[in-house]
Amino acid sequence: MVLTSVLSLLALGFFCAVVLSAASRVFYVEEDPRVEAICDALPGANCGGCGYAGCEAYAIAVITDPDVSAGLCCAGGAEVTVAVSELSGKAAGGDDPEISFRRCVKDEGKVEKKFGYQGVLSCTAAGLLEDGPDACKYSCLGYGDCVKACPFDAMYIENDLVVIDPEKCVACGACINVCPNQVLEMIPRRARVQVFCSTKDKMKAVMDVCEAGCINCMKCVKKCPAKVISHVDGQIRIDQAACLAYGPDCEEICVDVCPRDILRLMCPVGITAKAQEAAAAKKAAEAAQAAEAENPQPTA
Amino acid sequence: MEYFLILISAIFVNNIVLAQYLGQCPYLGCSKEKGVSLGMGGAVIFVMVIATPLTWLIQEYVLLPLDLGYLQTIMFILVIASLVQLVEMFLKKSVPPLYNALGIFLPLITTNCAVLGVAILVQRKEFDLGLSIFYSFASGLGFLLALVLLAAIRERLEVTHLPKSMQGVPAALVMAGIMSLSFMAFKGMIS
Repeated sequence: MVLTSVLSLLALGFFCAVVLSAASRVFYVEEDPRVEAICDALPGANCGGCGYAGCEAYAIAVITDPDVSAGLCCAGGAEVTVAVSELSGKAAGGDDPEISFRRCVKDEGKVEKKFGYQGVLSCTAAGLLEDGPDACKYSCLGYGDCVKACPFDAMYIENDLVVIDPEKCVACGACINVCPNQVLEMIPRRARVQVFCSTKDKMKAVMDVCEAGCINCMKCVKKCPAKVISHVDGQIRIDQAACLAYGPDCEEICVDVCPRDILRLMCPVGITAKAQEAAAAKKAAEAAQAAEAENPQPTA
Repeated sequence: MEYFLILISAIFVNNIVLAQYLGQCPYLGCSKEKGVSLGMGGAVIFVMVIATPLTWLIQEYVLLPLDLGYLQTIMFILVIASLVQLVEMFLKKSVPPLYNALGIFLPLITTNCAVLGVAILVQRKEFDLGLSIFYSFASGLGFLLALVLLAAIRERLEVTHLPKSMQGVPAALVMAGIMSLSFMAFKGMIS
């Protein structure tokens, strides 16, 4: 009795296994081997920074859709882009590596607290209460919603402000949408200039709460020879791609005209530490040269 | 006449979801959009109609001769699961459009209790092979009807102002209960 039941169940199980394994040979569907290869090349973090549901979805899209760029994986960076473009037979996109950037310097501006916030420690919750505890309602609230959202551990809070580690940030964009004040913005790593403030207030309203903030005076908008600076939704916005395309001919006049010194040169923010060191060394060398060039003059 | 009675009975009176409470998981899980519920319902009909005759044959030629009636459930699950896998491979190779249309639903209903329930019910009712196939098809239709109706109601509910605590699944559960109650009105129509 027990034996028959065990044997018959085993037999049926074995039969099903044989049929299924035979079927897997007979009905084998050849999937594009490149999909698997690209999956292996991608970081596999499934961060969604490319705009697809995960690494595999992007791999399938990049193989099947000729319009999908090979350079969408921002988490993998240049190496992965090269690998994906080789595997998919697409030209590597000239996409700039980007970085998340915090448009707030409330520490420099000495923005005061309106009240002591003691609620849930999240920017979203704090921002709901009287536009947040900071006197400026467009400030980085500093409770780290973006830090929690960052899959790459590239952000941390320092002095009530979020700091982005350029070594770790892969520009996946996870932090951008969680910020209730839209303080974070994705910009190219080699961006030349940026407004370090995201306020939508003007003139006195800004000066009252922040010593550094942008007063939306529009001087930069008027002076930019490339017309890449605009005033959108009450904020100064720089079309970084167009700015980079225009090149250094303008000698960053926008930085010079800014009465608040809030439109600043970006370099070397967002460049990797090595490049930063190189840039610092170069600057030091230039400074030394300039000093040498200047020093002989008084003696001469 | 018998076939007609079975059709009416399986769709309205003894609806597999609303009267026998089988397959609740896809009933609540796949009833957010009408398109999805149609896909799920189609996949369930498809699998039921294939699985029921096969389990009928297993019962008739393996379980009964060997006097192993108590192995019915596990044997049926084994057979249905393997069958769905087999069908999935076959579709992927031979009918890719249908495979893409059924999508994730096919593997999901591998161990759906509605499929297993119909396979066991036809044994309890002692139907012959032809009747079993017809009954499984009718039950599948009943499942499709319940699923599409609930999906249509839930689509309407999406745009109403429900209290926050009732939005989504709670409202769906209440709706499912009311639908089940209203289908009880068919009780006694066919003995």
